[in-house]
Amino acid sequence: MKKIIYLDNAATTRTSPKVVEAMLPYFTEFYGNASTIYELGTESKKAMNNARDIIADVLGAQANEIYFTAGGSESDNWALKATAEAYAAKGKHIITSKIEHHAILHTCEYLEKNGYSVTYVDVDENGIIKLDELKKAIRPDTILISVMFANNEIGTVQPIREIGQIAHEQGILFHTDAVQAFGQLPINVDECHIDMLSASGHKLNGPKGIGFLYIRKGVKIRSFVHGGAQERKRRAGTENIPAIVGLGEAAKLAAQSMAERTAKEAQLRDYLIGRVLKEVPYTRLNGDRVKRLPNNANFSFQFIEGESLLIMLDMEGICGSSGSACTSGSLDPSHVLLAIGLPHEIAHGSLRLTLSEETTKEDLDFVVETIKKIVERLRSMSPLYEDFVKKNGGERKNVQ
Amino acid sequence: MYSEKVMDHFQNPRNMGEIENASGVGTVGNAKCGDIMRMYLDIDENGIIQDVKFKTFGCGAAVATSSMATELVKGKNIQEALQVTNKAVMEALDGLPPVKVHCSLLAEEAIHAALWDYAQKHGIQIEGLKKPKSDIHEGEEDEEEEY
Repeated sequence: MKKIIYLDNAATTRTSPKVVEAMLPYFTEFYGNASTIYELGTESKKAMNNARDIIADVLGAQANEIYFTAGGSESDNWALKATAEAYAAKGKHIITSKIEHHAILHTCEYLEKNGYSVTYVDVDENGIIKLDELKKAIRPDTILISVMFANNEIGTVQPIREIGQIAHEQGILFHTDAVQAFGQLPINVDECHIDMLSASGHKLNGPKGIGFLYIRKGVKIRSFVHGGAQERKRRAGTENIPAIVGLGEAAKLAAQSMAERTAKEAQLRDYLIGRVLKEVPYTRLNGDRVKRLPNNANFSFQFIEGESLLIMLDMEGICGSSGSACTSGSLDPSHVLLAIGLPHEIAHGSLRLTLSEETTKEDLDFVVETIKKIVERLRSMSPLYEDFVKKNGGERKNVQ
Repeated sequence: MYSEKVMDHFQNPRNMGEIENASGVGTVGNAKCGDIMRMYLDIDENGIIQDVKFKTFGCGAAVATSSMATELVKGKNIQEALQVTNKAVMEALDGLPPVKVHCSLLAEEAIHAALWDYAQKHGIQIEGLKKPKSDIHEGEEDEEEEY
């Protein structure tokens, strides 16, 4: 197989060999059901409790506030639907942002069809939520504010502490989808006034199919899966012990390496952003220059379309992603890129590259050189570029 | 996701470029939906398409369908070119994923738009050719999804 430069770590990450190693005994050796009383089952329970302790510790939470789920989408669904149900007597209004993950947005749409009303607050041109609009959106019947910690497409990190403070001053619950942020940014649930937090294992070099929902003690939120008494009777089903162990190990490794790893990633990210903006004309950076995830770069290349770009990058062994309509299966480009005010044709030409700790400067040099060649080729094929050149005589500048 | 033929036409597009002083030029699609195709035709006095070129802003399927459409009309007369349907383009490419079928419609529409331009410029009427829609996606709506 040819060398692969994997720059789609916001989609998923390589499971760390250390994580796999930690998981393996729980398939064939300690396979007991954690709900049993014999020693084999106790081993499973111990391992699960250990993972729960690690995660609670990373978040500054209590172990009994961590509920394992099958991943970020389930956690988001649970947080919203169960809160809506439990607090319906108080009100039926929820506030979220326009740039949430579909696990939040589509759950909100579902709730709207079931008698709830949802306000989708705008973001500014960098993707930061407008706090004044958020405050204005609050009503007496608002029961929940849900705003993502960091955006999966453009990497923008939200003012979570301020949002949490606004929510708590008004006695409103605050949920954050931290799927992209957990393991990348320091998070303390008390300091940020977070009542619920969603996270997923496979975004931090853990296994797929496992995540958790942090639920602050005292928040009344009902069972999501009915059945056995697992997860304090709130999420039934025999626990996926190997995956839980893997998630715990991944959380531990991520927390230990966070400062050093993210500093290195941010430095490489800035190198990539700097080179691309300087060397590829008619290009813009999407998202905030500073308040962004350490491993996220998101560009729009004017006059070209993202899927073509991705296919050509793939031929060179480079894995990235795009907010183009063609990659989403619909005719509309990414809702996030539209929410920050990009015109459709520029949103279609977006490229997201998300680094990992394995990314090197040499990788990025190759990526930049490849992008330059591909963008030039696609522009030579583009009627939009042809029109632009004829109109402007090919003056070089960056798009505003 | 794509057939080998689609990938081949995407990687090695046939007849990509422009024709100066073309007999007919047609541009279809819109940037909003992420696909724009422009087709240039060079048609001789006998009504034979001597040369054809395209430029496309769009996904892999949009490029491949444009490329295949140019191959299918090159050397044909106008009536034969009108018979090049989106279905013919798709079949020649060994099929397209369902979400990409609109790209083949766009290719058919681009040929028609270029022929329409040729007819306008020469003050002639082409039997069976209707004025092309300015936007291929007019009236086309996403299917309502159920949650």
